[in-house]
Amino acid sequence: MTTAPVETRRPAREDVVERDRPWIVIVWNDPINLMSYVTLVFRQLFGYSLEKATKLMLDVHTKGKAVVSSGTREKAEHDVSRLHGRGLWATMQQD
Amino acid sequence: MKPRIERTRQGDYRLRLTRHERDALRSLPAQLRELLSTDDASLVRLFPPAYADDPASNVEYEQLTRDSLLADRLQALRVMEATVDADRLTEEQLNGWMGALNDLRLVLGTRLDVSEDVYERELDPDDPRAPELALYAYLSWLLEQAVAALASGLT
Repeated sequence: MTTAPVETRRPAREDVVERDRPWIVIVWNDPINLMSYVTLVFRQLFGYSLEKATKLMLDVHTKGKAVVSSGTREKAEHDVSRLHGRGLWATMQQD
Repeated sequence: MKPRIERTRQGDYRLRLTRHERDALRSLPAQLRELLSTDDASLVRLFPPAYADDPASNVEYEQLTRDSLLADRLQALRVMEATVDADRLTEEQLNGWMGALNDLRLVLGTRLDVSEDVYERELDPDDPRAPELALYAYLSWLLEQAVAALASGLT
């Protein structure tokens, strides 16, 4: 007795697209971190200008979150761990 | 009043703390170091998950990063402890202070379950949390000055 082969693998092309979708790093608002501190951390970690860092911090503060970096999964994980090292509430997900 | 922490023309930082402040700060690094050897719930903000919705990846992430995050935190506590009586700090030392002050706030703030308006409310002397709330406010005030001093050194 046989059964028809079950397709368990997605087509290769989709795998590639899935893998290539960039990862984004999100910083979430929290009641503890100071606004000035968050701005300084963005400048120190990512080399952002005062203007860009301030805008991202205000997005976190008023909208609840901001995308602060993106790239490969490895880069996103590295950035998330550096943000965690500074006590910011960061997560990563595929865009 | 002159700021407690100020960048000098030489590029290092002046630390103007009173004797009382230094004594209040002195024992804090050891207390946090002790706590870091436990799995106390108030440490959650120091080692948060990286993936919102992927427990397996979070286990891997934690295995990959926990030791180095912990080592950096312990190093910052050592810097603050070793320089608590200093009048001058290098930029690297002040960055250590900044990290240690913020970690202390993250643990205290988690334990006290603070909200964003914590600084606007008056301390209630009958509140059993009053001493820790006062310490939290002081650490926030000092951190604000460390941040301002370090930001003034960035171009």
